[in-house]
Amino acid sequence: MLSQALAITGINIRSIPERWAPSLVIVIGLAGVVAVFTALLAMAAGFESTLQATGRTDAALILRGGSDAELNSAFDRDSTDLIKQEPGIRIGGDGKPLASAELMIIAELVRKDDLRHGANITVRGVEPQAFALRPQLKIIAGRNFTPGLRELIVGRGVIRQFQGAELGQVIRMRGSEWTVVGIFASGDAHESEMWTDANVARSTFARLGSSSVLAALDGPDGLARLKSAVAAEPRLTMDVMREQDYFSGQTRQFRKTIGFLAGVVTLIMGLGAVFAALNSMYAAVAARGKEIATLRAIGFSGLPVIVSVMIEALLLALGGAVLGALVAYALFNNLSVSTLGQNFTQVVFNFKVTPELVVRGLIIAVVIGMIGGFLPALRAARLPVTTSLREA
Amino acid sequence: MTKSGFVIANLFRKRTRTILTLLSVITAFLLFGLLQSVNTIFSAGADFVGATRLIVQARVSFTSPLPISMLPKLEAVPGVARVGYSQWFGGVWQENTPLIMFSIDPLRHHDIYPEYVMPEGEWQAFANTRTGMIAGKMVAEQYGWKLGQKIPISSNIFPQKNGSKAWSFDLVGIFDGKDENWKKRTNIVYVQHDYFDEANQFGMKGRTNFFILRLTDSARAEATARTVDAMFENSPDETKTQTEKDFNISFVKQIGDIGLIVRWILFAVFFTLLLVVGNTMAQSVRERIPELAVLKTLGFSDRSVLGFVLAEAFALCLAGGLVGLSLASLAGAMVEKGTGGQFQLHLDGSVWLLGALAIVLMSVAVGLLPGLRARRLRIVDALAGH
Repeated sequence: MLSQALAITGINIRSIPERWAPSLVIVIGLAGVVAVFTALLAMAAGFESTLQATGRTDAALILRGGSDAELNSAFDRDSTDLIKQEPGIRIGGDGKPLASAELMIIAELVRKDDLRHGANITVRGVEPQAFALRPQLKIIAGRNFTPGLRELIVGRGVIRQFQGAELGQVIRMRGSEWTVVGIFASGDAHESEMWTDANVARSTFARLGSSSVLAALDGPDGLARLKSAVAAEPRLTMDVMREQDYFSGQTRQFRKTIGFLAGVVTLIMGLGAVFAALNSMYAAVAARGKEIATLRAIGFSGLPVIVSVMIEALLLALGGAVLGALVAYALFNNLSVSTLGQNFTQVVFNFKVTPELVVRGLIIAVVIGMIGGFLPALRAARLPVTTSLREA
Repeated sequence: MTKSGFVIANLFRKRTRTILTLLSVITAFLLFGLLQSVNTIFSAGADFVGATRLIVQARVSFTSPLPISMLPKLEAVPGVARVGYSQWFGGVWQENTPLIMFSIDPLRHHDIYPEYVMPEGEWQAFANTRTGMIAGKMVAEQYGWKLGQKIPISSNIFPQKNGSKAWSFDLVGIFDGKDENWKKRTNIVYVQHDYFDEANQFGMKGRTNFFILRLTDSARAEATARTVDAMFENSPDETKTQTEKDFNISFVKQIGDIGLIVRWILFAVFFTLLLVVGNTMAQSVRERIPELAVLKTLGFSDRSVLGFVLAEAFALCLAGGLVGLSLASLAGAMVEKGTGGQFQLHLDGSVWLLGALAIVLMSVAVGLLPGLRARRLRIVDALAGH
C-alpha cells in the first residue's frame, strides 16, 4: 500500500514538468497568499517589537489622571517637583531622585517621498536624568545638545523617513531656529523623536509644566509604593504605570486592526487559492485519467491514488508557500515605515518577518493544499476504470 | 444558435472548471473592491470639499494652539468672506469611545459651512445656550441622542475648573448634510467655544487649534494662503495655511504607509488571478483545438475564432467582476454601518470605474494568448493532430 502510493507519487512528481502551467497556478496562488499574509503580520510584529523595546520594567511613567497619552497630559511645575519627592523613586548617584520631567510637543516635518504633506514628529524636552533612564540611547553622530541652547538631537528613524533633520540642518519652530547637532540610535520608539533641553522647550513653547515624568523605580515594590503615595496625596491626580505597560498598551489597537485586515485578506485570497488549486488538480487528474485507470487495472487500489494526488497538491502548495515567504522576506523584511502612534505623532518601525510567521504561512499553505487536493483525489480514485481506458 | 449563445454554451462545457474559475475571479474582485475603497480613503481625499475654505494652523503643528486675537487680522485679508475657528476637545463618550468633537463659534461656523443643514432656530439655540451642543445626524443616531437631552461627555485632555474631566452639554440641535457626501460627514460634535474657554482649567485661554477661512473666490486660494502665512512670519505664532482639501489629505496621510501596503496586496492579488484565469483559458482552448478547426472548416474566419475566445474570457471576467464588486459593496456597507460611519468603506463611482477597467484589461490579458493561438491554427494540422 505504502509502496504503491510512493510509486504513483513518484510518477506524478516526475511528470510535473510536463504539465508545468497548471502546477504553476497552485505554486503562484499559494505564494501570493503566504506573501500577503506574512507581509501584513510582519508589519504588526515590527511595530510591536519597536514599542515593546521602548519601555522598561524598572521605570514608571506618570501622566495626569485619565489622559491615556503623553500628548493629552500636562501638569504644572509644582506637581512635577512634588511627585519627584514621592517614595518608590530610586535616588541617583548625585543624591537626587532619578526622574526626568519631560515636555512633549509636536513639530511637523515633511516626508522624503511626499513634499506636500507634513507629518507630526514628537519633540521631547528632557532633563539630564533622561539619559540615565534610557541607557540604550547612544549618540551615533555629532554630539549631545547643550542645555540652554536651541539645539536638537534627532533619532535615526526620523532621518530615515523625513527630510530637513539631517546633522547641521536648521529646523524652524515658533519663529525660532533650532540646529540639529547630533543623531542618536536607541532601537526603540524614541528613534522617531527629536530631543532637546526641557527648559528651552518650555520657554519657546510658552509651556510652564511638563507632559510626563519618567522615574526609575526603587526595588521590586517601588511601583506599588509610588502608586499608593500618589493616591494618598490630595494635590496630585495622576496615573502611575510601569513604563513598559504604557508602551505595550499602545500596540493593542494596531495589532487588532492589522490582525483583522490580515485575517480578511488572507481568508478571501485563500478561498481564491483553493478554487485555483481545485481547478488545477481536477485538470491534472483528468489529464492522467488513462494512466490512473491503467494502474487500477493492473492491481493498484484506490487509496494510493488518493494519497498520491494529495501529496502532489501538498508539495506544490508548500513550494508556493516557501516562495511566498521568500518574496515577503526579500521585499519587506527590515522595510522601514512609519505610522501614527498614540501621541498622534509618527512612530518609525521596521517590518519583521519572524520564523513564527513563516511557520504560520506554511500551515495555511498545507490547509489550502489539502482542501485543493482532496476532492480531485477522490474523483481520481472513483474514475470507472473501463470508461477511462476507452476515453481519449 | 447565436454567437453569444455559443460563447455561453462553451463556458458550460466543463461546468466544474468554469464555476471554480468564476469563483476565483469573484474572490479577486471582492478583495479588489474592498482594498481599492480603502485606498481611495488614503490617496484621493474628498474632492467635494473643494477649495473655498482655507485651514490656518500653527506652523510648528496643529497641536500648538494659535491665539484667537489673530481673528481681526485674518478677517482683514482680501478675499476672505468669513472667519471661524475650531478647537479639538478630546471628547470621549461613555467608557472609551472617542468622538470627533470641536469647540466652535456657532454663528461663524454656520456661515462657513452652509453644507450642514439645520433649522435656523436650532442654530440660534446653539448660539444662545452656553452649555449648548449640536451633533451630526450620524453620531446622534448611533448613540441614541435626542434633542433636549443632557449629554455627559468626558474630555481626555481638558479638565473643568473643579478638576473633573466629566463634562455635560445640552443637545440643542442635530445637523444633517446637504447631499450624500456631506451626510457622511455628520459624524462630528460641536460645542460652544466661549463656554469651553471659560470652563476649562488650564493654559488654553483664548486659543484655538484652527482658523477656518471662507473665501469669496476659490481660484485665489493659494494666493490668500500665502498672504496669511506671510503676515505671521517670524512671530511665535507662525502659521501654515492650506486648502481644506489639502489639510484633509495631510491628516489622513499621517496614518502613514498603509496605502503602499494596500497597493502591494492589490498587485499580488491581481498577479495571482491573472495566472489562474489565464491558465484556465489556455487549457480550455487546448482541449478544443479540433472543434476550433471544425469551426474554421465551416467558414468562420480567423478573426471570429479569436473573437470567440476573447468573448469567453470577457464573459468570465465580467460575471466574476460584477459579482465580486457587488459583494464588496455589500461588505463595505456592513462595515460602515457596524462602525457607525467612523470607518467609511464606501465603493464609490471611482472604484466601480477602476473595477470595470480591471475587468476589460484582465479579459484581454487572459484571452489574448489562447485567442491568438486559436487564430493561428491551421485546419489541417489541428484535425490531423487529433
